[in-house]
Amino acid sequence: MNILVCAKRVPMTGGTIVLTPDEQAIETRHLGFTISPHEECGVEEAVRLIEAQGGESAVLTLGPAEAEEQLRDAMALGIDRAILLQTDEEYDGQATAAAIVDSIQAEREAGVEYDLIFFGNESADSGNYQVGIRVAHALGWPCVTGVKGVTVAGGRARLEQEAASGRDVYDVPLPAVVTVKEGLNLPRYPSVPGRLRAKRKPLDTRTPSRREAGVEKLRLKLPPGQGKQAEMLGHGPEAAPAVVEVLRRAGLVA
Amino acid sequence: MTLVYVEHQDGRPDDVSLQAIALARGLAGGDPLDALVAGPGAAEAAASLGAHGVARVHLADHESLAGHAPVALGRCIAELIERLSPAAVIAAGSERGNEVMAHAAAITELPLAANCIAAEPGDPLTVTRVRWGGSLLEEARVHGRVKLLTVMPHTVEAAETGGGPAEVERFTPALSDADLIVRVVERVVEETGGGVSLADAKFVVSCGRGAGSPEGFAPAEELAALLGGAVGCSRAVTIAGWRSHTDQVGQTGTKIAPEVYLACGISGATQHMAGCKGAKRIIAVNIDPEAPIIANADYAVIGDLHDVIPAITAELRKAGTG
Ligand SMILES: Cc1cc2nc3c(=O)[nH]c(=O)nc-3n(C[C@H](O)[C@H](O)[C@H](O)COP(=O)(O)OP(=O)(O)OC[C@H]3O[C@@H](n4cnc5c(N)ncnc54)[C@H](O)[C@@H]3O)c2cc1C
Ligand SMILES: Nc1ncnc2c1ncn2[C@@H]1O[C@H](COP(=O)(O)O)[C@@H](O)[C@H]1O
Repeated sequence: MNILVCAKRVPMTGGTIVLTPDEQAIETRHLGFTISPHEECGVEEAVRLIEAQGGESAVLTLGPAEAEEQLRDAMALGIDRAILLQTDEEYDGQATAAAIVDSIQAEREAGVEYDLIFFGNESADSGNYQVGIRVAHALGWPCVTGVKGVTVAGGRARLEQEAASGRDVYDVPLPAVVTVKEGLNLPRYPSVPGRLRAKRKPLDTRTPSRREAGVEKLRLKLPPGQGKQAEMLGHGPEAAPAVVEVLRRAGLVA
Repeated sequence: MTLVYVEHQDGRPDDVSLQAIALARGLAGGDPLDALVAGPGAAEAAASLGAHGVARVHLADHESLAGHAPVALGRCIAELIERLSPAAVIAAGSERGNEVMAHAAAITELPLAANCIAAEPGDPLTVTRVRWGGSLLEEARVHGRVKLLTVMPHTVEAAETGGGPAEVERFTPALSDADLIVRVVERVVEETGGGVSLADAKFVVSCGRGAGSPEGFAPAEELAALLGGAVGCSRAVTIAGWRSHTDQVGQTGTKIAPEVYLACGISGATQHMAGCKGAKRIIAVNIDPEAPIIANADYAVIGDLHDVIPAITAELRKAGTG
């Protein structure tokens, strides 16, 4: 089996978001970077499936040269190789999907065929809720979203999605696109040998072409109501009566 | 004309879809508003939409739409786009609303702006949309011959307009077998254990890394039980394996909307706060008065959660609760 995982490098914003003066981006000078927890679960699921059934896994990101860090992180967890579609430009959902499809098609011409592609249900930063679905349509593959359970057998995937009172189950033929959510599995931590091996695993850097944005970002802004100062109810256990008073005013206590 | 895709539960339109209608009505100005409904109960749902200002409802009649079939629903929207050339198509930014609209966008190759909280008419359309699960906003222009958007749940208020009943037009969408590969084939019903769900609880007490261990949650369990509430946690807790991910509050966990959210030993990362924006009141309990959550809470207690939570429980018992 051959599995691809798509993941996006995003800043770890911590407690407050600070914007650059031109309001075009988050100020990231003092921040670390990561991928979405959904995508981490995609990485883990791919590694587990390949461990159990054999085959090869790859991770792909569209982003700046520094995104090599996230690709190496994924390889440290057991992904076999990486593809970097290197760009400093921002891509909207449609353009991201198109660039990923171009890459998959180029690989196909070189003889690489995927059985399964994992995406996050939504990207951590832009949350377009669409890249995986658009890629699936371009490839003519089925796509199941928001998946929290994956079983692959006999050329089909049984996929579970959380629903109001239980789980909804889908059963689709491979190849397929699956967008996953955190909770699918509990990702492992990278081991030291895993980190060392990751340094030597193949990373293929390519230059994507960017189609014009259909959703064109003008500027970012912080939502209202930031930085209120909490009313102090007290220190330690002595604050308990004041907490109970808040609960009472909220109608939770008679 | 502006088209709204309306989700419903057995004939009762979802609140989030009525909110999408409200945004669509504002955007349409005086232009007529059409709706698309599908699935069991569609006729009942259609009957109630006139009151929200919908003039005409397109009722997709197809046996295969009985269970959730997102590609087929996307195909229904694409078909109406071709036939009716609406100025815009709008749906709720629910899991399924976003999913179905993304299929429609992929089929029609149109741009889609997910989770908008406001939209200004024009071509291109100008929207304000949510990033980072609500921690950041983006102003954007939406291009394309038809504008596709979803509306971030609970950011726009639904309102009745007192309109008369909508005209209902049934149609049978042209669906191929390929459109029906992705559909729910089975529903597994799970026992909830009787407790109130995190998403619906009126009181939520969460602990973060500050709980120190799985056992550190016992006082929170006791307090939640006393108030008929639910226990939540931060991601630091779930990745440590102390609690199941179903308890995680946040951008990639559950969104909660309780009367009171008691957040203990949680620093207040934006991704955690994105999950509790719906809380009426937030009380933070933290040993660190500089923790970012203090600047995002309504009330604060400075102290060790291992002392403060049992003291709250004792105080409630003293006052005769439980
Ligand atoms: C894309 C993305 C999505 C994410 N999604 C989520 C999400 O859905 N939910 C989520 O929670 N996180 C999410 N995170 C992670 C988030 O950024 C934080 O890492 C996480 O919320 C931190 O958890 P914490 O507050 O428990 O831990 P920490 O940040 O380590 O904070 C622990 C806090 O406990 C206090 N403390 C310690 N001991 C005690 C004590 N005895 N009594 C009282 N206070 C004490 C400390 O002062 C500190 O403030 C996401 C991150 C990313 C990048
Ligand atoms: N720049 C990117 N590089 C790699 N994968 C991406 C990128 N942007 C989005 N994706 C994938 O598409 C998913 C959905 O993204 P979105 O449609 O932006 O919410 C993400 O969770 C990723 O798996």
